[in-house]
Formats: sequence, structure tokens, C-alpha cells
Amino acid sequence: MTIDWQQALRRHGLIAAFGLFLAVVAVGADGFLTLGNILDVLRQVSITGTIALGVTFVVVTGRLDLSVLTLLTVIVVDQHNVVGPVGAVALTLLAGLAIGAVNGVLVGLLRLNALIVTLAMLSLLQGVTLWYSGGSNVNVAGAGETWFAVFGRGTLFGVPVPVLIFLGGAVVASFFLKRTEFGRAVHAVGGNETASRFSGIATARTVAAAYVVSGLATAIAAIIMGSRVMGAQNTIGQGYELTVLAGIILGGTSLMGGSGSIWRTVIGITMLGFIQNGLLLLGYEYYVQWLVSWVVIIAAVWLDLAAKRGRVLA
Amino acid sequence: MTALAARTRGAAADWLLRNHIWLFLALAVAVFSMASPYFLTVNNLSNVLTQAAFIGILAVGMTMVMINGEIDLSVGATLALASALAIGLQPAIGVWPAVFAGFLSGVALGALNGTLVALSGMHSFIVTLGGLIGIRGLVFVYTGEQALMIEDFAYTEIPEVYLGPLSLTALIFLALAALFQWVLTGTRHGRETYAVGDNIAAAHDAGIRIKRHKIINFTICGALAAIAGILLSMRLGTAEPNAGRIWELWTIIAVVLGGTRLAGGYGSMWMTVGGVLTLAVLRNGLRLLNTPNYVELMVMGSVLILALGLDRVLAARKGAA
Repeated sequence: MTIDWQQALRRHGLIAAFGLFLAVVAVGADGFLTLGNILDVLRQVSITGTIALGVTFVVVTGRLDLSVLTLLTVIVVDQHNVVGPVGAVALTLLAGLAIGAVNGVLVGLLRLNALIVTLAMLSLLQGVTLWYSGGSNVNVAGAGETWFAVFGRGTLFGVPVPVLIFLGGAVVASFFLKRTEFGRAVHAVGGNETASRFSGIATARTVAAAYVVSGLATAIAAIIMGSRVMGAQNTIGQGYELTVLAGIILGGTSLMGGSGSIWRTVIGITMLGFIQNGLLLLGYEYYVQWLVSWVVIIAAVWLDLAAKRGRVLA
Repeated sequence: MTALAARTRGAAADWLLRNHIWLFLALAVAVFSMASPYFLTVNNLSNVLTQAAFIGILAVGMTMVMINGEIDLSVGATLALASALAIGLQPAIGVWPAVFAGFLSGVALGALNGTLVALSGMHSFIVTLGGLIGIRGLVFVYTGEQALMIEDFAYTEIPEVYLGPLSLTALIFLALAALFQWVLTGTRHGRETYAVGDNIAAAHDAGIRIKRHKIINFTICGALAAIAGILLSMRLGTAEPNAGRIWELWTIIAVVLGGTRLAGGYGSMWMTVGGVLTLAVLRNGLRLLNTPNYVELMVMGSVLILALGLDRVLAARKGAA
């Protein structure tokens, strides 16, 4: 049996590059490739990662979503003190679904431009956050006693619960995106919207549903965040929107829609986490990771494109 | 009614349909004038214009890129780098060389963005999202996370030049808008920028050098972001490493509010100036009315969605006519 190296590199080039990166850092930094550190990195990326699972659905339909974590985190922390942990989690999930539904109606049904709608929602939700919180920080009352801490701080058989939520969520999301009728519709709409409409797919509803999935994922991430910090400010999680997109793009999911997978997103987000962690272990300031991420994102996407079209230049 | 009068009225109505943002601006001005005695004063309006000028200069560059069918998310970071260099290099090389170095950094980063987009065929959203992250990294590396302070405060008096109620900053904004409106309509580069944004395949078949226009427009956008950064450093006397964060989003909001299409091929500097002023007037008016910050944010978001809906309705009507 012969191995087509070129083909293999095209298909798994990202993983190969990732492996190379891990090896290089592991040589320079002690304790990088230990189980404890790997779990630490996964725990750190679990919040952006969980959001990214949902946003991947939106990106595969060929749209964008700047999912906003802040409001949902403030809600879960604040409501914890009002209606208790169960009610807070339920309300947050509902709020996430509602935000997703609003985006879904505006982008999916009314066919407004996705980037602008999510930008507008960013501003709007920031306003709602300030109004809701009255501008002050909120903290979980009785942080020592409540079982709410389990989402962000708990472990199960030595594995942090947020990692389990992220990876478990990835399995579920991957199943839905790959194996269900909804997932196939998401791919079809992103690949060719007109063709999918003529084949009887309810395109508007599919896009709207993708935004609802994204809202749900963001709510789950907010629950992890609130539980991890045991409090929330008006600025918590700001800027995560772009990190999420950067991770999805790094994984190789096309912004044009139609292609992409949950596992690519998991790899992309995790890579960003390892870059951050590796550079810190090597003794660099935290902002050096931004420079490296810039180079890595451009290089990865360019190589991916070059491999697909068979030449380097457009 | 003579045919000429009817035609003139038709043309005026046409202009307003295309530039409906100015109707909205007039409405906002009227409402705030009635609601607050402090709004319609020369002093206040002069301030509004100066405050609007920073996002405005970014928006002029963004409009060039957007008409070309692309987007630039890195303008806020580019602004911060130019402002840091303009202040940080002064002790070493003097005031004007430092300002020039800041300007050059914007030109270089814009050219880099444009070249990467043109050569790789990557979506500009990806290239400039990378830039947004990485250029901010450059700013932090250069400043070491510190806000840089000016040593000689004569620097902050440079923009304190007024032509009547118009500050130098506002004048630069308006002059740049006029200049690039002329570039758009009066030069080959401008006309071909529309053509590429409207239909890239057709433009390619017509022999238009797509890559060159893209590189030029990204370079313009970077250069204007640097100018905004330099003016900001003059106004504040400091360069803060987090300056201009999420300004790229406000800039995009202002341009789209004006009516320029994200998809490319349609828009003008007059629309952008209208969008920039509308945002600035809304912000200023709401503040004069002592509206809490959160209402401001909610109004901005709602207005943007409404503008998008209105644009959709008008485009549909034009399509039907």
C-alpha cells in the first residue's frame, strides 16, 4: 500500500502543523505536554470553545454571529441569588434561546445582513446588560455552599467539568451537524442557497435554527463562565466574539459556508489555547500570543486555500 | 407644472431616496433641538463635529474598502499603533518625523492587508481579523502596556486651529471625505473600485486590475486610520495601548447606516458623512438629555437594524420600479 503524502498533507495539514508546534514548544518548556497542563489548556478554552460549537452552525450556513456572552453571564449570576441555581440555569438557557431567535428572525426570515445584525445586537445587548445590572458587579451569594460552582470549578474523575461540557457538547453538536436532517440542511444552505431552496429545504428556517443553536451554546458557555468566576461584571467576556471566530477560521471552516465541521472548530480553538499557554510557559508576555495568532491564522488559512486550489497565489 | 420642474423635483426626490440618511439626520437634529436648549448651539455642534471626526476619518477609508467589496476590521488597532508611534518616537527623532513614522505605519499595515487579500485570495474579514488581533499585539509590544505621555504640550495645541466653528480635526475629516468622493467619481481608480465591488467576475473580464485596486484601497484605509490616530494623540496628549478598541465596529456601523452596502459596488462619501454625523448627533443628543448610557447603546443598535430594514425596503422598491 502506498500513501499519497500530498493528499494526506492536504487533508490533515492542520493537524500536522499543530503537532509540529506542540513538539517545538515541548522542547523549550518543561511541563507543557503533561496531562495537568493539557487539562488546564482545555479548561481555559472551554468557554470560547463551547460558544464556537454553536457559532460553527451559523458559519456553515454562510452567515456570521458575534455571540455575546456578557448579558447571559450577568443573568445567570444575578438570578442565582433570586431563584436559585436550577432556576438561574433554566432562565439563562431560555434567554440564550431567545437572543438566538431574535438573530434568527432578523437574519433568517427577514434576510438582513448577518454581520450588521449581530453588530447591532452587540450594541443593543451591551445596553440591556447595563440596564439589567444597573452598572454594578454582581456576585454569587454564599459561593461556598451552592452546587452552582460545579459547572466552572468541579472535576469528575480528575477531569474539569467545563472540559467535559465542552467535549461532550462537541460530540452532540458533531452528531447534529453531520448525521441529522437539520445538519445536512445547514450544509446545503451554506453550499448553495438557491439550489437548496429549490430542493425543498426551508432555508430561512434552517438559518434561523442555526442562530438558535448558537444562542443555546452561548448560554451554556455563560453558565460555565458565571460558575467559574462566581460573579459577573458588565464587561465579562467582551472580545470573546472575535476569538471564537478566529478559532473557527483557524480550524479551516470557510466563512463562505457549506463546509466545516465541529472537530475542525475544536482543533482551531484548542490550537489558540495551546499557543497562548505555550508562549506563557516559554516566558513571553501575554500579548505576544496576539502576534503569533496573527501569523498562524493567516498562514493556516492561506495554506488551506492553496492546498484546495493547487497553487499558492490567487 | 413644466416638465423641467417635474424633472428637478424627481431628481431631488431621487437624491433623497438614495441618501435617506440625511433625512434621518435632519429629523434627529430637529427632535434634539426641541428637546434640549443646549443642542442647537454653535459650541455644541462644533464639538459634535470634532468628536465625529475620528470615527469619520476611519469611515472614509472604510467606505473605499467596502465599495470595493471588502472589509477592514483592523482600523482601530492601526489607529492605536500610529498614535503610539507619533508620541513614543518624539524624544528620539523629533515631533514631525515621529508623526510621519506613525503615518507610515498605517500605510504599511494597510498595504500589508491589501497585499495579503489580493495575493492569497483570502476573505478580507479573515485577513483583517488577524490584523485586529496582531496589530494590537504590536501596540502592546511597542508600548509595553503603558500609556505613552507627551513631554512637550505644544504638541496638543497643533489641532487647536479653528475656521469659524470648525476645528482643524473636523476640517480634515470633511476635506478627506470630499477628496475621496472626488477619487470615487472623478478618477479611473474610483470608477473601477465600484466595478470590482459590484461584480468582480465582470470586472475581471473587462480587464480591470482587481488586485491593484484592492491594494490601493486597503492602503488608503490604513493611511486614514493612521491620520485619525495621530489626530487623537494630539487631542489627548497620550497614547493609550487600548485606544480605538471596537472602533472598527462603530466605523462599520456608521458606514452601513449611511447606506453604503457591505456587499460592495454601491455607496458614496456623502452617505458616509451622513451616517457618521447621525451617530454623533444621536450620541450627543441623548447625552444632553441625560439619558443613561444603556439607552444610548440600545438606541444605536435599534437604529442600525431599522436602517438596514429601510435599506431593504427601498432597494426592493427600486428593483420593482
